[in-house]
Amino acid sequence: MATENQTEIRSAVDIVTARQRGRALALELGFNGADVTLIAAAISEVARNIVDHAKSGEIVMGSVATTQNGGRTGIQIIARDQGPGIRDVAQAMQYGYSTRKGLGVGLPGAKWLMDEFDIASEAGRGTTITMKKWKR
Amino acid sequence: MQVPILKQGGYLIASIQSVLSDSDLVQLRDNLGERVGSYRSRGVIIDVTVLDVIDSFATRTLRAIAHMLKLRGAETVIVGIQPDVAFAMVQLGLTLEGVGTALDLEEGLAYLDEKTKRAPVNGN
Amino acid sequence: MRQSVNVRTHRPAVLQLKLNHPIRPMKRKPEFKIQNITHPSTPLADYNDPLLRELVAHLRQNRTQLREEWARRITDAQLLTAMTKEEIFSEATSVYDNYVEVLETGSVEALQAYARNLSERIIPRGVETHEVVGIVLLLRDVLARSLFKKYQGDFDLLNRVLDAYEPAANRIANTVAVSFVQERERVIRQQQEAIRELSTPVLQVRERLLILPMIGVIDAHRARQLTEQLLRGIRANRAKVVVVDITGVPTIDQTVANHLVKTVEASRLMGASVIITGLSAEIAQTIVTIGVDLSKMNAVGDLQGGIEEAERLLGYKVISTAEPVGSTAAKEQGA
Repeated sequence: MATENQTEIRSAVDIVTARQRGRALALELGFNGADVTLIAAAISEVARNIVDHAKSGEIVMGSVATTQNGGRTGIQIIARDQGPGIRDVAQAMQYGYSTRKGLGVGLPGAKWLMDEFDIASEAGRGTTITMKKWKR
Repeated sequence: MQVPILKQGGYLIASIQSVLSDSDLVQLRDNLGERVGSYRSRGVIIDVTVLDVIDSFATRTLRAIAHMLKLRGAETVIVGIQPDVAFAMVQLGLTLEGVGTALDLEEGLAYLDEKTKRAPVNGN
Repeated sequence: MRQSVNVRTHRPAVLQLKLNHPIRPMKRKPEFKIQNITHPSTPLADYNDPLLRELVAHLRQNRTQLREEWARRITDAQLLTAMTKEEIFSEATSVYDNYVEVLETGSVEALQAYARNLSERIIPRGVETHEVVGIVLLLRDVLARSLFKKYQGDFDLLNRVLDAYEPAANRIANTVAVSFVQERERVIRQQQEAIRELSTPVLQVRERLLILPMIGVIDAHRARQLTEQLLRGIRANRAKVVVVDITGVPTIDQTVANHLVKTVEASRLMGASVIITGLSAEIAQTIVTIGVDLSKMNAVGDLQGGIEEAERLLGYKVISTAEPVGSTAAKEQGA
């Protein structure tokens, strides 16, 4: 169960690395094909958020378990940066249908892809996104 | 990794071979824009069969490519989006609006035949 | 599963004890709610307690009589009506012995296993949760009365015996009830899964044309499953047009309506057009009220009309139509 890995996100190339690792881990944890793709897409979006808004950060992913609902296991992904932070989280999480570059689709989209999505941000200190998906 | 672009009659076929980084996609956009002009192509097929994720950036870029090529006088069709990828895209709210889609290369060619025949402005 | 069981049969016993011997109120709850049972917070009895050992000896000695009394009370209360008298007696014997064993050893494992096994056998026969909870509480009552009778000459001793007995008896009741409910939920989950698989066929009517008849109540989970199946079907069958018929769907909520829209969009990403048929007036009304964007949906009244429209899109001519249909327009996609 100690499957955990960490990916430094410094440029757009690292987005690809992060989502490939996420895909591999999701497969290893026993997710089915559709869910593996959803997880990889969600990682892509949060990693892109780091590149677009914070320049650098990291993504840590690993397995997670809960005793709720008769006990479930899943994957947890934490995206962390020390960037400028998001001033208005509620606004950032609003879905902008016709988006320009940057926030609009990415984060709210990632939230839809996952079962749990939590975002903590402080202006000037950075942003931490924690998201989970449970096996069905 | 650069995307090879083949010329097939009046069409261009960009066949993505592996996972793409953001800069590869941007490169593809620039290359297609240039070639459509030099070959006077009427249609472009972008084959994304191998892509295991099409995220918001990729979608945005593909859409931008299609719209830009339209202004250059060519129809674009995206072919080969896999079931799981399509599902993830709509979950993300990404729909490739205004861009043609087809199941695979063969269907893409049929789609372009239909489209370009119906657009006399682009006719030979 | 929320179920509140008011154990009426149990109440008179409490009242009786209180009325006759108001020395010390019993620690009892008048109502028994399943959602409150997890693991009892009551400290477990000390099984080396000599009183408990005495209690066990008493229950062993009076096994035959108490077991019969219990079976009789079960029948009187009209519980386990799906079972014959002999069956009730035989199960009662096993539960009784397990019950005494838990009191003696403090370990509920054997009882738990037995309760699961019992549940597995009686659930298909329609035995309800309240019956299972009812019979366990009846046993508790039968034993309490027997203890009362035995120690009525010495109230202080009676109270101490009951203090030793109560936590263990509660724990046993919890164990049996929880095992039953868990088993029941497992069975329900299993059945749901089976129904889902049965009711989501993707049919190929002719080359390039799929039909997805949705039947029954669609929840978010099933809607998602249907979408995944449809998208795989599109690829496997190289489908170009899909008719989704929802005649057999009684109602739709916002989640499912949105899912339907996503299904249409995802199909289009794969190059297939979707035609929705069988939208009832109620569902159409719901969809409009919810405000789902249906501009991309191609809706046709009934399944037959949908198939005709699909054939037109595929470039086939529909014979009954007098108007000729151009094959050029037919191949156009919703781009």
